Amino acid sequence: MNSISHIIDWFINTEVLNMAMIALIYLTVFAVLGLFLVLLERKVAAWFQLRIGPNRVGYLGLFQTIADALKLVSKELTGTEKADKFLYNLAPYFVIVTSLMALAVFPFTKDLQAFDINIGIFFLIAISSIGVIGILLGGWSSNNKFALIGAMRSGVQTVSYELSVGLSLLTMVILTGSLQLSEIIEVQKGGWLIVQGHIPAIIAFMIYMISGTAETNRAPFDMVEAESELGAGYHTEYSGMKFAYFFLAEFINMFIIAAIATTVFFGGWLSPFGITESLPWMGLFWFLAKTFVLVFLMMWFRWTFPRLRIDQLLTLEWKYLLPINLVNLVLMAVIVWLNLTIQI
Amino acid sequence: METAIKEPTTSKSNFKSEEYFINMGPQHPATHGVLRLLLTIDGEIIKKVDPDLGYIHRSIEKMCEKNSYQQIVHLTDRLDYLSSHINNEAVCLCVENALELEVPERVKVIRTILGELTRIASHTLWWGVMGMDVGALTSYFYGFRDREMINDIFEETCGARLTMNYNIPGGLMQDIHPNFVKRVKEFIPHFRSKLPEYDRLLTGNIIFQKRTKGVGILTKEDAINFGASGPVARASGYSCDVRKHHPYSALDRVNFTEALDTTGDSFARYQVRIAEMWESLNIIEQLIDNIPEGDFKVATNAVIKLPKGDFYQKVETARGEFGVYIISTGTKNPYRVKFRSPGLSNLSLLNHITVGGKIGDLVATMATIDIVVPDIDR
Amino acid sequence: MTNEALQQTILSWFPDPEFTQPQFSEEGSQYLTVNTEPEQLHELMQLLKNNPETHFDYLFCLTGVDYGKELGVVYHLESTVHRHMLVVKVQTEERENPVLESVQDLWATANYHEREVYDFFGIIFRNHPNLKRLFLTEDWEGYPLRKDYVDEMNMVVK
Repeated sequence: MNSISHIIDWFINTEVLNMAMIALIYLTVFAVLGLFLVLLERKVAAWFQLRIGPNRVGYLGLFQTIADALKLVSKELTGTEKADKFLYNLAPYFVIVTSLMALAVFPFTKDLQAFDINIGIFFLIAISSIGVIGILLGGWSSNNKFALIGAMRSGVQTVSYELSVGLSLLTMVILTGSLQLSEIIEVQKGGWLIVQGHIPAIIAFMIYMISGTAETNRAPFDMVEAESELGAGYHTEYSGMKFAYFFLAEFINMFIIAAIATTVFFGGWLSPFGITESLPWMGLFWFLAKTFVLVFLMMWFRWTFPRLRIDQLLTLEWKYLLPINLVNLVLMAVIVWLNLTIQI
Repeated sequence: METAIKEPTTSKSNFKSEEYFINMGPQHPATHGVLRLLLTIDGEIIKKVDPDLGYIHRSIEKMCEKNSYQQIVHLTDRLDYLSSHINNEAVCLCVENALELEVPERVKVIRTILGELTRIASHTLWWGVMGMDVGALTSYFYGFRDREMINDIFEETCGARLTMNYNIPGGLMQDIHPNFVKRVKEFIPHFRSKLPEYDRLLTGNIIFQKRTKGVGILTKEDAINFGASGPVARASGYSCDVRKHHPYSALDRVNFTEALDTTGDSFARYQVRIAEMWESLNIIEQLIDNIPEGDFKVATNAVIKLPKGDFYQKVETARGEFGVYIISTGTKNPYRVKFRSPGLSNLSLLNHITVGGKIGDLVATMATIDIVVPDIDR
Repeated sequence: MTNEALQQTILSWFPDPEFTQPQFSEEGSQYLTVNTEPEQLHELMQLLKNNPETHFDYLFCLTGVDYGKELGVVYHLESTVHRHMLVVKVQTEERENPVLESVQDLWATANYHEREVYDFFGIIFRNHPNLKRLFLTEDWEGYPLRKDYVDEMNMVVK
């Protein structure tokens, strides 16, 4: 009996209930955000492609993706007979849970941050590399050759591009001297890091955006799905809500990649030139505005570029991005050492 | 067929690579219809491509043996539905030649204009789908935007957008719509301004060039040996344009250059088709102001009977050389009709040029070969 | 090369009167037509392709025909160098087990077209590396483009 009361005490004292509440709110908000990102993508695609896009469900089609999600929920879950059922069912949760977990550490404003740990960046990189396990599992367990090829491509791609994502963020960490996201923003009060770090920071940003797009498996790096080659790639055999998890995770991952870039390169919730410094809640607006500009950039990539081939993808990473990144890292170190950063 | 690739050097490790089969199609986004490819793959590298055909085989050649010559025309636009007008024209020309029937000049000019419009429509669709196959989805809509204008012209004049059935032995079904000339004249400057957009979106793109340059190389000797025709063969430097070498209809009076390239890779095939669109515009421009007045058909017997003998007519469709071979015994039905489809010959070289490439290369190469499955299966 | 010159050249390859001479005709066709025997087919084709004077390197059409009593194949040839054309016709009276020589070693395009002819007419091409049905299923019975083919289910007979 004693032990139970201990546990209850622990619950109350450590605010586990509070954390659970926060988690629930985050889940709801970001699930809806994911749906609206899908809508945004469709609108952007339509704009690029001389179309109108969804405009029937709700005002300007705002509820289109919600209707789609409802449809997917009500759909029958089909699958292959010879699939490895346990792993097959597990895979989508791996993908969606990891992408939602990463959201916990972002400082949306000065006060709105669920989880301010001192290894924020490290946590993000670590979490984002777990997602690939879900893709590998899904592709392998569904017992389909197209899915398997997609999953293997995904493994190769994510393992390679993880390096560039990590190294380009590490370049910026030299400048900040901290892995904690709230502190990284603090540092930027003297100028956004992309300004402070000037040349190496811009190089790092470009590498980050390329490899970030690759890590989310989006075009032009969508080898994993490659609908004209593999049908639907790793999620060929998924349907209904399980498919929706993969789909939603892709969009939340896109948001995460853009949010990391906002935090690390563009000053997070800080307003440009401190114009709304007196209004702290405006920080949320600035954060989201910057993030959506970057999200739009990634959508722009997708609807403009053709897809790379798998060997070209690896050539790009190992022969170009990685060496440039390493040189860039040294360059940044030299700049910080010689105190050549730009401070406003 | 010998493979041109080097075998991977076998290492002494325990990791052995194993070839496996994969079924691409008949339902697959890149096979454009119901083509089934049996791929033998080692990892991502293609070892063998074996097309399995016949999923849309309708035995059109057998059906022709039971139908009259007027009826055959209507079967041909179900072959290569993107070049339907040119296919119709081929049968009509074949029958007219056999009957030694001279059609009015007006018919010849209108047929040529419509044929070139068909070619542009087919190439714009191909361009859109080509982009889609290499992953650039936006090109699809750009291609369809311009194709739509041509389809509207067809709709006004022929009453149909895809399978026109506008040609009949002896001329045309009816006269052109009064708006036809105006609409075509509107289309030419419109498309001239849009074609550079195609280049900006896809041709100049570094990823696109990397995906297509040096991929699926076809030499001139192989092109001839495999019976390739159309842009596929011309990209290898083999001058095979039927419009140049055996001009038909009004093509003997227009000036145009045959689009040729010597590289023979997928990018060359792409460029040849883009160049062909420019040339087709030139041809239309030369003819559209000079449509002669006159009848739109000559009277033929209600029941056409061809003299005894063999008759062959080749035309240049958007895909290559389309041939109609009619063996007649003098009755109202042909004894045997053979359609020489450009697609079948072009497809037969797929294995030859894709072995050793990746799956992505296969898709890109197949897009530049530009197959239409009903044309292959007949 | 003109049709007469072509005719002379081809005849000069078969001087031995013991062999059957190729028969020429221009009647009822816009091209010069050569009728040859199945035994001579491959030899004639080889010469037509490899002789620099004729140089027929482009086989643009290969048609199977059922003439009622005989089964035949019609080859349409063109030279990409000299731009002359020729039609070669070959017939066999054997209907049960018609065998002709394959020409796919000379023109790779014949590979698929011969499979098509085998599929529809049942003509077996000797030395063809992959002679199986092209369009129809493997277990299809009969050869549908033959004149005596009956299919009461699918064929409309007028």
